[in-house]
Amino acid sequence: MKIILTTASPSLDSDIDPRFGRGAYLLIVDPDTLEWQAFPNPGASAPGGAGVQAAQFVCNQKIDVVISGDFGPHAYQALNAASLPMYIYGSSVTARQVIERFKAGQLQRVGVATRGECDQGHSGVG
Amino acid sequence: MIIAVASGKGGTGKTTIATSLALSLAADRKQDLPASSPPLFLDCDVEAPNGHLFLKPVFLERQEVGILIPQVDEAKCSHCGKCADACQYHAIAVLGKKTLVFPQLCHGCGSCTLMCPEGAISETLDVLGVLERGPTSSGVDFARGVLNIGEPMAVPVIRQLKRWANPKFGQVVIVDASPGTSCPVVEAVRGADYLLLVTEPTPFGLHDLKLAVQVARELNIPAGVVINRDQDAPSIDHKYPLVDDFCEHEGLPVLMRIPFERRIAEGIAQGNNLVEIHPETILLFQQLFIQIVNGVQMSLYPASV
Repeated sequence: MKIILTTASPSLDSDIDPRFGRGAYLLIVDPDTLEWQAFPNPGASAPGGAGVQAAQFVCNQKIDVVISGDFGPHAYQALNAASLPMYIYGSSVTARQVIERFKAGQLQRVGVATRGECDQGHSGVG
Repeated sequence: MIIAVASGKGGTGKTTIATSLALSLAADRKQDLPASSPPLFLDCDVEAPNGHLFLKPVFLERQEVGILIPQVDEAKCSHCGKCADACQYHAIAVLGKKTLVFPQLCHGCGSCTLMCPEGAISETLDVLGVLERGPTSSGVDFARGVLNIGEPMAVPVIRQLKRWANPKFGQVVIVDASPGTSCPVVEAVRGADYLLLVTEPTPFGLHDLKLAVQVARELNIPAGVVINRDQDAPSIDHKYPLVDDFCEHEGLPVLMRIPFERRIAEGIAQGNNLVEIHPETILLFQQLFIQIVNGVQMSLYPASV
């Protein structure tokens, strides 16, 4: 199994980054062995379409679960199309904690875009 | 000749100056103006057009405009991802066995259609706004673009407005741009013969004027400055000379000054134009036009002056 999550720096002990499209790093973690690999988020500095760009990258990594603090409407639509389950951090602080809480079944799975219904304005426009 | 009016900072008086200049060129000739007919006014501030409030056109023609966006035939799509690789705006993504299009991100460039090896992409019109045009009682021809609410992309509407407006031979065109210095402003002022920059003597006015001047230099358009709400009056002790200092340092001519005056503010709030509030300014705007023509000639034939 492989999990991808957004982090502030490239390490398992890094703080999480609550943004999906513009989170600084994407960390791929094997929850059983805790092996990890970090990638700079290609969406982080995009002038527009950050969520789609990050989602496209995530989909190309052949992973099973996505965890972040927020999924915008475009990112949600894209990850949903790829049938990837999305979870949100809740009160976790570090990537390591997130993995532990995921394994314990304590993270909330996302059913709709986290802010999509009430905040369409920020999608894809910077 | 095309004269574009821009500012950087919003609310400095672009539309006041642009509409006053248009009305002054259409007014009875007090001077021998090098313009053959009343001008064409193009409201290129398509996100919040307001020139019609002052020029009061009657719109006789209307056309919907938009961009061509991709439509994917999933039966033909092999999900190879070439469309997504080609798109620099991330408006199309291949996610497993689905190809999704995000219309709000699409710029309508057609790269995905060209790159698709399966011929699975066709293009359909995504309407972004409307173009409208018609005459005004002053003789000024008027055209504007209106971006639909919720659409983020103004540039295609501005580009098509400029193509559609179709000035008469020799007719002066006055382009009212939006505030800022981003893509819509660049699209509006591109191709202009002269850029009139309207500013105010405040730190914010100066800051954005500096940015707007960089746009003019980058596009190689000669520019001059109008200082609105000029505080060079005995009753005001907060004169802000840095705008004048900047213009002098940059070699930018200050072509006109509009005083900071309650009567002007009240008149404009009631929908009146500067030339209606102060009819004597018609002469000043006609002189402004002559200075602009001289500025254009100077930029074209610097050796002859």
